[in-house]
Amino acid sequence: MGGIPHDHYEPKSKGAKWLHQRLPIVGLMYDTLMIPTPKNLNWMWIWGIVLTFCLALMIITGIVLVMHYTPHEDYAFASVEHIMRNVNGGHMIRYLHMNGASLFFFAVYLHIFRGLYYGSYKAPREITWILGMLIYLLMMGTAFMGYVLPWGQMSFWGATVITGLFGAIPFIGEPIQTWLLGGPAVGNATLNRFFSLHYLLPFVIAALVALHIWAFHTTGNNNPTGVEVRRGSKAEAEKDTVPFWPYFVIKDLFALAVILAVFFAIVGFMPNYLGHPDNYIEANALATPAHIVPEWYFLPFYAILRGFDDTVWIVIAANFLTGGIVDGKFFGVLAMFGAIAVMALTPWLDTSSVRSGRYRPMFKIAFWLLVVDFIVLTWVGAMPAEGIYPIICLVGAAYWFAYFLVILPLLGVIEKPQEQPETIEEDFKAHYGKSASTGGTAAETPAE
Amino acid sequence: MLKRIALSAVAALSLTGGAALAAGGAGEVKDIQFSFEGPFGTYDENQLQRGLQVYTEICGSCHGLKFVPIRTLSDPGGPHLPEDQMRAYAEFYEVYDAELDDWRPAKPTDHFPESLLENAPDLSLMAKARAGFSGPYGTGINQFVQGMGGAEYIYSLLTGYTGEEKEEAGVILYENKAFPGGWISMAPPLWGEDVDFNDGHANDLSSIAKDVSAFLMWTAEPKMMDRQFAGLVGFIMLSLLAVLLYLTNKKIWAPIKGKNKAAATPAE
Repeated sequence: MGGIPHDHYEPKSKGAKWLHQRLPIVGLMYDTLMIPTPKNLNWMWIWGIVLTFCLALMIITGIVLVMHYTPHEDYAFASVEHIMRNVNGGHMIRYLHMNGASLFFFAVYLHIFRGLYYGSYKAPREITWILGMLIYLLMMGTAFMGYVLPWGQMSFWGATVITGLFGAIPFIGEPIQTWLLGGPAVGNATLNRFFSLHYLLPFVIAALVALHIWAFHTTGNNNPTGVEVRRGSKAEAEKDTVPFWPYFVIKDLFALAVILAVFFAIVGFMPNYLGHPDNYIEANALATPAHIVPEWYFLPFYAILRGFDDTVWIVIAANFLTGGIVDGKFFGVLAMFGAIAVMALTPWLDTSSVRSGRYRPMFKIAFWLLVVDFIVLTWVGAMPAEGIYPIICLVGAAYWFAYFLVILPLLGVIEKPQEQPETIEEDFKAHYGKSASTGGTAAETPAE
Repeated sequence: MLKRIALSAVAALSLTGGAALAAGGAGEVKDIQFSFEGPFGTYDENQLQRGLQVYTEICGSCHGLKFVPIRTLSDPGGPHLPEDQMRAYAEFYEVYDAELDDWRPAKPTDHFPESLLENAPDLSLMAKARAGFSGPYGTGINQFVQGMGGAEYIYSLLTGYTGEEKEEAGVILYENKAFPGGWISMAPPLWGEDVDFNDGHANDLSSIAKDVSAFLMWTAEPKMMDRQFAGLVGFIMLSLLAVLLYLTNKKIWAPIKGKNKAAATPAE
C-alpha cells in the first residue's frame, strides 16, 4: 500500500496461503499496521487514535443506551432517568456517552489545528483533508441530534433554534424546516427522525474514517517538517521511517491512556460540568429557557452566526445588493456554514510552497492568532447577545474569514520561509543528537 | 390521601399562578459546605434520612418525586433505610393502579407520587436542574472543584425569603433572594422547627433546609457514590496502564533514538 517502499506480507503456513489466495485480509491488516511512518512525528500526531477510540466508545455505549431508551416525547425523558437509576451501570454508560462527545470534539479540534499548522491539507493530501471535514460535519450533525434525545429543555429549544436556521433561507427555508422537523414545530416526529439518524450517522462516519485512513496511507503521513519520506528505495525509506507497529501504536496508546485517565476523572467526579442544568428539566414547549446555549463544541460557530445582525454594514450592503433577500438572520447562517467551508477549501487557499508552519515565520503569527480567535469565539458564544459581546463576535468572525481568504493566499507570495531540513532523518538526528542510529533500524530491531 | 388533597387545596389557593418570570438577574446562591461535595464527598446517611422526613412532612404536600422509586430509599449510598422501614414508608402513599382501576397503598416498586399542584415542579432532578454557587466572583471555579451543587440553590431558596410580599394579577408573590427575578409564588415552606427529629437533631431553619437540600441532591443523583468510585478505579487503572505504556514506549524507542546502545540489541 502507498508509495513508500516496504516489506509486504508473505503467507508462510499452508492455511495462511490458502486464505491469502482467496481473501488477502491478513495482508491488508499487515500492510495497514506495518505502514512506514515518519519517525519524527511529535505528540500532536496522537489524536487520530484518540478519535478512533472515541468513535468506538460512542458506538458501543450508544448501542447499550438504545436498548433502554424510548424515543417518544412522553417517555424519552423518563427513559433516560430509568437508565440513570435502574439499569445496571446505566449511569456510567450514559455519562461516558455524554462526556465522550466532549472528548471527541476536543480531540477533533486539536487534530484539525495540527493539520492546519503542519500543512497536512496540502497536496497530495487534499482528499484526506476533505474527508476529514466531512467527518467533522457529520460529527456536528450527530452530536446535535444526540443532544435532542434526552428531551430536556435545552434539547427541545436547541432543536428549535438550530432547525430555525434553515427557516432563514429565503423562499425554500420554511418548507425545509417543516420537512426536517416532520411538522410545524419540534415534536414527536422530530424526536423519532433525530433518533433514527443519530443511530445511522456514526456508521457513515466509521465508513468515512476508513476512507480517511486509506487516503493518508496512500500518500503517507505528513510530519512536523512537512518534508516527504524519501522513496527511492526501501533502504532509503527506512532511514526516514519506522513501522507503525510497534513504535507508534505503543506511543499512541500511552497518550490515549493518559487522556482517558483524565477523562475518567471527569466522568467520575464532575460528569455534568460541561452540560447545562436546564437539560435536567423535561422539555416544555410553553416555557422558553432564559438563555439557550449550545454545547461548548458548537460555540465558536454559534458566535459567528450571532455576530451578524441587521445593524452590521456588510449585512446592510448584502441586503441592499440582493434586494432584501439576504437579511441578518440568513447572513448569519451563510457565515456559519461559510466558516466551515473556507476551512475545507484550505488546500487551495494556501499558496505557500512550504508545507510545515515550522519554517514559516509570518504564518506562525497568523496561525496562533487563529487559535486565540477560536478560543475567544468559544468563550463569546456562551455570552448573552448584548453589550460588547456581539462586537467581539464580529471581530472574531472577521479574523476567521481573513485568515483563510486573505492571509493564507497572501502569505505564500510575501513570506520568506526559513530553510527546511533536507530529510526527515536529518530532522530526527538534530532533535536526538548525533547518537541517533543512522538508519540501521531494520538491522537492529526485528522487522516484525 | 385525603389529608394530602386537603393540604394541596389550601396550598393551591395560596399559590395559584405560575412561577414569577419577572425580569431580573439570576438569584443569589450561597456557598454551602455539603458532605457530598468534591471528588471524594459522600452522602451522610443520617442527613438524608432527616431530609426524607422534611420532604415527607412538608415538601411532599405539593411537590412530587415521580422519577424516584420508593425501594431506592433502602439502597446503600442513599438514605439506606432498613427494609421494613422502607416498606412501611411506601404504604404511607396511595397510588392509582390502572389494573385495579382504583387507589391502593404504594408498594416499594412504585415511584413517589407526582406533584399535586400544577405549578409545583417535580423535585426529583431539581438539584441537577439548577446551578449552584458559581463563585468565587462568578468564575465558576467552585463548580469545577465541587460539582454543580444545585443543592446550594435549594438551600439558598429555602432560606432566601425576605418577608416581603406583593400581589400581582391576583397572585401573591414572595420576595426571595435566590429565585431568578426575585419574586416566587411559593409561600415560605420552612420557618424552623417545622419537624421534630427522633434523635433530637437541630431543627432550626438552616439545619432542616440543609437536610432537605442534601436529600434532594440524592434524589437527583442517587448513584453519585458508585460513580465516584468507578471514576477513581478507572483513573487509577488507566494511570497504571499509562506508566507501563510509557516504560514500554521508552524501551522500544531507545535504539531508534540512539539513547541506549545496550538496548539496541533485541532483548527478547
